[in-house]
Amino acid sequence: MASWIPLWLHKLGSPPTFYRFAGVLQPWAMAMALLLGAIGLYGGLVLAPADYQQGDAYRIIFIHVPSAWMSMFIYAVMGVASFIALVWRIKLAEVVAMESAPIGAAFTFITLVTGSLWGKPMWGTWWTWDARLTSELVLLFLFLGVIGLYHAFEDRRQGARAAAFLAIIGIINVPIVHFSVNWWNTLHQGSTVNVFGQSKISGAMLWPLLTVTLATKFYYAASLFRRARTDLLDLESGKDWVRRIAEGEAGR
Amino acid sequence: MSALLHFLVTGDGVAAFFRMGGYAAYVWPAYALFFVVLAADTVAPRLRRRRVLTELRARLARQSARQERKPPSTPASP
Amino acid sequence: MNRPGLASACAAMLRRDLTLAWRRRGDIAMPVLYALIVTMLFPFALGPEDTLLQRIAGGVVLVTVLLAMLLALDAMFASDIEDGSLEQLVLAPQPLALMLGMKILAHWLATALPLIVIAPLMAAMLHLPGAVIPVLLLALALATPLLSLLGAVLVALTAGTRRSGMLLALMLLPLCVPAVIFAAGAVAAAQQGLPWFAPVAWLAAALVLAVVLAPLACAAALRIALDA
Repeated sequence: MASWIPLWLHKLGSPPTFYRFAGVLQPWAMAMALLLGAIGLYGGLVLAPADYQQGDAYRIIFIHVPSAWMSMFIYAVMGVASFIALVWRIKLAEVVAMESAPIGAAFTFITLVTGSLWGKPMWGTWWTWDARLTSELVLLFLFLGVIGLYHAFEDRRQGARAAAFLAIIGIINVPIVHFSVNWWNTLHQGSTVNVFGQSKISGAMLWPLLTVTLATKFYYAASLFRRARTDLLDLESGKDWVRRIAEGEAGR
Repeated sequence: MSALLHFLVTGDGVAAFFRMGGYAAYVWPAYALFFVVLAADTVAPRLRRRRVLTELRARLARQSARQERKPPSTPASP
Repeated sequence: MNRPGLASACAAMLRRDLTLAWRRRGDIAMPVLYALIVTMLFPFALGPEDTLLQRIAGGVVLVTVLLAMLLALDAMFASDIEDGSLEQLVLAPQPLALMLGMKILAHWLATALPLIVIAPLMAAMLHLPGAVIPVLLLALALATPLLSLLGAVLVALTAGTRRSGMLLALMLLPLCVPAVIFAAGAVAAAQQGLPWFAPVAWLAAALVLAVVLAPLACAAALRIALDA
């Protein structure tokens, strides 16, 4: 086991190092996101054939499903970062957790609205109280709760720790909500909606979907780096390294 | 962009592409929302960064102005 | 130096909180009055048809009780933070989680118990069949402590903030979804003559879990929120 890896990770946790590291990676991540997004959406909107049942309406899948996956992925990242922030009190973990929340809320919001726009022509309704939809809505409220709690504190680090605690409670809650809504639906015998049950997805539709998913992953990385850099400047605004940056950019 | 280019070159099918088999009213708003939300998410930290740095520079300017006014013999008070 | 035993410390805590609650009897009456007013407004809004009111009665009573509890939740630690006694409690030699558990119990006795007592009246106002009322009371008896425990964790998290009323509702909503589903599910099942034991058992399981974990989480949250 190379001994420089833990050392490198340890150094990466210090704000100035992370600031520089993120500054180098951010343009590359954004470029990858734009490139893969363009390829994937070209494949999805132009090359992929229309679905034999849903016609062209299914093309919403190329943004809806990647956004849904990202909403859960970002919540998981936020949960892990929150755990690290609470246990080891690493400032960078707090920043990552708290700056992930708005991005996650954005993707959750996109998922809900595009799903609604897809549901109207396909199911004939904008909304149904299906377990998956309800869980996604609850996820949005969890993200909003974390953001709201974070901003309710005057002390930023204290707010970050309280919100991190809430994020961890939320992680336990999501599967419980999913399960209980499932149970509730069987009691009320609601219309069981199954999007993927009827048509198995073909290769021509699958590769654009996966490409856009990868693009959203890169987008998340880029956005997180951007947000974390800004947040670090704000948090550390008394320190010398931030002062040098402020003075360096004074001419612009 | 490339999708648009393709259809501009080939000419035909542009209208069909934008019609989306009759589902244009659902597909395009969904895509528009996707890009608008992510664009807002991209712009917000940039604006905040500019604000943070401007505030910091203003604070530094105030500090240095205060130090210049003070005679050098007195010890600096916090 | 002889410390008071755990049991006597718990009893003292409970007695103190109940005494304080009794001195402010008006605050206890508020949620009850609120619940009665909301229940009374439903027939006016929906019309006096028995069948319709019967169908929604269980859900209306549950949601009204939940909102009335939310109204009182904000004040759970407020006065103790103002006069500094909560910080004393954090420093006390007794385990904080246990002491907070006592506080939650006192709060439940002062706010939720009166609501459970008037729940049959609320249900009768909406023509809920008499046979279903015991199930409704059982569901309430399990769901309200669950809400008090979950709410206490969130109130503890917002202890260090100024404005928390709206935020509290926003944070509690995702957490109380399962409790509402199971409690209302039990009532609905009983009303349709179906077996209602399963949802009640789930509620009881959740309550047992919350009784063990929520005071610990509450203590941890309070330490975060008060540690400046």
